[in-house]
Amino acid sequence: MHEMGIANSVLDAIREETLRFPDGHIYKVGVRIGELAGVDPDAMSFCFEALVRGTELEPLALEIEYCPRRYQCEACGRSYAASTDDPACPECGRMESKFLGGDELEIAFLEVEDGARAAGT
Amino acid sequence: MERVPLERKVLSENDRIAADLRARFAEQNILCLNLISSPGSGKTSLLERTLESFGPRERVAVLTGDIQTENDAKRLARFGFPVKQITTGGTCHLDARMIERAIQDWRLEDIDLLLIENVGNLVCPSSYDLGEASKLVVLSVTEGEDKPLKYPSIFFKSEVVILNKIDLLPYVPFDIAAAEENARRTHKNVEIIRVSCQTREGMNDWLAWLNRKRESSRAAAAAS
Repeated sequence: MHEMGIANSVLDAIREETLRFPDGHIYKVGVRIGELAGVDPDAMSFCFEALVRGTELEPLALEIEYCPRRYQCEACGRSYAASTDDPACPECGRMESKFLGGDELEIAFLEVEDGARAAGT
Repeated sequence: MERVPLERKVLSENDRIAADLRARFAEQNILCLNLISSPGSGKTSLLERTLESFGPRERVAVLTGDIQTENDAKRLARFGFPVKQITTGGTCHLDARMIERAIQDWRLEDIDLLLIENVGNLVCPSSYDLGEASKLVVLSVTEGEDKPLKYPSIFFKSEVVILNKIDLLPYVPFDIAAAEENARRTHKNVEIIRVSCQTREGMNDWLAWLNRKRESSRAAAAAS
């Protein structure tokens, strides 16, 4: 269970970003979590809510985009999202695929009040 | 409401420290390996067998992580090499800052090989870069052969799977071929080494891999 630490890292980043938006509150943060990131989205949401409650960051919502493993088959060229226990190509059944993504742990976006222009941008 | 794209790594602070450690290890020609497994799979035993194979002039150092106790450091210190215990006090993984602190009073120029034993856990350690050259995952035959499917993150990120306790294969319902297939399903080109830290079967294969890795790391350093 390290989602508390991960959620805390997201909030540290938000606190840094608030300096860029002096005129507007940040209402939502979008976080991309890959299947291979080793982070449980439900536990992450739970920890995030617990950490935000009662702080100056309220109200702040979390939107999680969960990203499956993505591959491109080197035999037939098809790009596909792999199921949890079978990364083989659904088209030709081969395992000769290039890994495209699915290990993301990134802050994708913020939603801020309209007109809160980023300082210095 | 205005949506502002950010594209920023969540663990950017850990990644920054890990990148700094990686640069320091490269500068000093240190090969750093991060050993990860469930509790009780045999990380400490593998390190014992590894350290006992080294001559006294080997420039190796070990960091070993646990939530509590200095037990592993005591087990490993008897081989005469520098060993430091990192007790996390509840945290279920090591992070880059813990490594940075633990090595601050070591002379890095005296070390060629730094072995890090992570906290026993197949989930959380996979998220934290420690500045290592490679992650290695240990899986023992008393566990389930579907662990690579249940914990794909660490098997995907590890360069080697060490299948430990193979001396117990006659006594447990572990399908080693299925385990290896599952590991390769998760990570196509993963290296798999079968060992027993009790009978020492397979230790030569593991030490040969380690030597090859050290040679290629030295060659890469010499070329840069």
